[in-house]
Amino acid sequence: MGERLTTSTLLVTEEDEKKHEIIGAKGEGKELTKEEKQRLRKEKKQHKKNKKDDRGPPEKEKEKEKASVPAPSKPATQSPAHKAAPVPVNASASESPVAAEKPAKSKAELRAERRARQDSERASKQGKKEGGQQSTSSKPKATPNELQPVVKRLPDHVQVDDPVALKKLAKKLERQQVPLRSDYGYKVSLFSHLHQYSRKNPPTQQISIPVTVIHPSIVRLGLQYSQGIIAGSNARSVALLHAFKQVIQDYSTPPNEELSRDLVNKLSPYISFLSQCRPLSASMGNAIKYIKKEISNIPSQCKEEEAKRILQECIDSYINEKIILASEAISKYAIEKISDGDVILVYGCSSLVNHILCEAFEKQRKFRVIVVDSRPRLEGREALRRLVKKGIRCTYVLISALSYILPEVSKVFLGAHALLANGYVMSRVGTSQIALVAKAYNVPVLVCCETYKFCERVQTDSFVSNELDDPDDLIVTRNGKTHLENWQTVKSLGLLNLVYDVTPPDFVDLVITDLGMIPCTSVPVVLRVKNVDQ
Amino acid sequence: EIHEPEEVSVWFREGSSCCQETLARNQRFTETPVNMPGADKETDLSERIESFLSELKRCGSGAGSLRGSAETARETTALLRRITAQARWGNAGELMEIIRKEGRRMTAAQPSETTVGNMIRRVLKIIREEYARGSSEETDQQESLHKLLTSGGSSEDNFRQHFTHLKANVIEAINELLTELEGTTDNISMQALEHIHSNEVIMTIGRSRTVEAFLKDAARKRKFHVIVAECAPFCQGHEMATSLCKEDIETTVIPDAAIFAVMSRVNKVIIGTQTVLANGGLRAVNGTHTLALAAKHHSTPLIVCAPMFKLSPQFPNEEDTFHKFVSPHEVLPFTEGEILSKVNAHCPVFDYVPPELITLFISNIGGNAPSYIYRLMSELYHPEDHEL
Repeated sequence: MGERLTTSTLLVTEEDEKKHEIIGAKGEGKELTKEEKQRLRKEKKQHKKNKKDDRGPPEKEKEKEKASVPAPSKPATQSPAHKAAPVPVNASASESPVAAEKPAKSKAELRAERRARQDSERASKQGKKEGGQQSTSSKPKATPNELQPVVKRLPDHVQVDDPVALKKLAKKLERQQVPLRSDYGYKVSLFSHLHQYSRKNPPTQQISIPVTVIHPSIVRLGLQYSQGIIAGSNARSVALLHAFKQVIQDYSTPPNEELSRDLVNKLSPYISFLSQCRPLSASMGNAIKYIKKEISNIPSQCKEEEAKRILQECIDSYINEKIILASEAISKYAIEKISDGDVILVYGCSSLVNHILCEAFEKQRKFRVIVVDSRPRLEGREALRRLVKKGIRCTYVLISALSYILPEVSKVFLGAHALLANGYVMSRVGTSQIALVAKAYNVPVLVCCETYKFCERVQTDSFVSNELDDPDDLIVTRNGKTHLENWQTVKSLGLLNLVYDVTPPDFVDLVITDLGMIPCTSVPVVLRVKNVDQ
Repeated sequence: EIHEPEEVSVWFREGSSCCQETLARNQRFTETPVNMPGADKETDLSERIESFLSELKRCGSGAGSLRGSAETARETTALLRRITAQARWGNAGELMEIIRKEGRRMTAAQPSETTVGNMIRRVLKIIREEYARGSSEETDQQESLHKLLTSGGSSEDNFRQHFTHLKANVIEAINELLTELEGTTDNISMQALEHIHSNEVIMTIGRSRTVEAFLKDAARKRKFHVIVAECAPFCQGHEMATSLCKEDIETTVIPDAAIFAVMSRVNKVIIGTQTVLANGGLRAVNGTHTLALAAKHHSTPLIVCAPMFKLSPQFPNEEDTFHKFVSPHEVLPFTEGEILSKVNAHCPVFDYVPPELITLFISNIGGNAPSYIYRLMSELYHPEDHEL
């Protein structure tokens, strides 16, 4: 069995350690020593055992105050104590920390213990909590076998309607000293489980300057995301990786800590901050997983400079392989599909599709392009500019004129934000509409997507997991009149500005990836192959 | 190249040469010498006709019609009544000829406003009926197949007889038509409760006064949710949404790109249209075809609220069915800079929706399936009048 730390276990360990940091580090930005952390942990456990239920924030404060009172009757070693006393109710709080200070026990043993503890805790927790939504997976048996256990945590950004999850998120952000962004405007009832932010309230309003907990390049990145300056999944991933390179460059290991553990813990408030600015995309999620894996694979005897160099190289090679070389490979395949005299329809601005078209034009293929665009983002204008600069003949329409323009079209090229494991294509809102109408007119639809955007989630509609953009974007002034100007004051009016939608696989004829040209239904095969490789 | 910033209307039934001819002829007609008796009436009439024509030309510059189709229909009918009353004609044939001439001019002024042509055909049919009643022939000349084959169509000589009461009868019938026109929206909204149940999610696109009245009427008794697609680039959906909110209807505005994404939660799609074509298809605002396809994919019923004066005897042609374009400035504004000279931009106003995608027509005479439209047409218009 490989020594693979899954993301869930890493998150678990980070949370717990962060909790204790706050007591001493709050307002100071200093880190506690290991011994202090151990002591605080013990005290906390005692208090939690004394108080059975009630995990509200005022109680957390009380606990922190009482933390100074020494709690006796706990043996020095961590792990036997935790095995003996499984803590009730709040599973995440009671899941034990990684015994980083116990190099004697091997990682495999610790993980096995932890899993056993999680099982018992989950069983007791299920008895206590009645019918409430849990953030951890509802599967009681997480026995590892050949198939991956589905111990996935439901992401926070789709649980806005659950007050328990919101409180937990608020607590976690407070610990990490990341500002919590508040929702804006009336949300359509079908989407009350999603966040809706306003671009006019950037998340950095509550951050004090100078920022002590979050690295400045991450703050800048977060602002660029939230204002829409960096948009498009490739651009966002590359920007993220560059920011992480900067973070790693500036990082220095504190004494008595291992780089592989500590750096991962350092990254998690950054990731929380970024997801407050804008929910993470699937490609960003995969990139983060890769980085965390690389970091935790750094051997402990490696020197800091060496480790940093290795990590920088890893990031560079990831960007090079997964994004740049992948787009070259995809262009090569896609150009085979473009013949002379073609009329190609593209939607919005996909960096990959633009790249393909520019390459094809350089290879002297004769075709013309129709760019379809939609309000309120109007990204197609950017694509139009890039293509016209190359010298490609272009036509431009809005998506409502699709039925008019489609009889002229011979092929449709679409980009994707992510490809889900059940074959659905998640992409900019409007893509499914284009695929639908193209199908009605019997025009082939080709989706171009790199493999690093493949995602293990499954989804069947565009409601459950989506992103809501600023509703004020829909307001427009025509002939001097702005009808929706005061939409907030009107009681029963809601504006809905979706960002993504999912296209069913029967609308898509071919997916072009760097591994070749596959049908939509082969996505889980590719995922499995990738997992086995890793 | 960019399209010139003015309308380019493509109308296959009306040859442009015919319009030129008619214009020349009618100019001669209206330049009557002033010293003839009754000339004041005629100049007054021709003034009115001219002002109506110029209004027709002005409206319909793409921002939807500045006045709704119902108003246009009413004004056309009123004008035709005036023509009947004031123009000089001796028998039914002459009257029909006058009306046809004026009708051709009117339809040429704004080919996309089909209600004008429809009203003219209705009035022509009224004249035929009144004439037939007056001459006590069989009123329905189309029923008998034998008559159809042997009569060779009703020739113009049949209309040469003079009846004293023809004028009065025709004017009375036109008045009835006008009352019918007044009540169309109410008739349609009265049927609203039969089609909307409570807690429904209804989707619509753009702005249609008929659908607005329909939904408002249902909202008096039932609670439901409306999703309005804004229909870029004119964004008339915004007006519709604010107007519906005044009646406390829960409304959501979505951009056009999200139509398919939200369609899975929609129970019914209710739309208005500009014209109902003879095969049961629609000529509606752009984006309606996408909406209809999405509804078909999710098996959501598509209901069209259209009064009978929108029914037009034209059939859709192969390609480019009745397209009308407006300035591409709406789509790609001049602020975009130098790429404008290298790009074609299109801004079509209408969409064709084939009858297979439509579930039901609700009109002032009740609900009909699209397959029944051709029959209604034969009741409203005479086959000779399909070509004005």
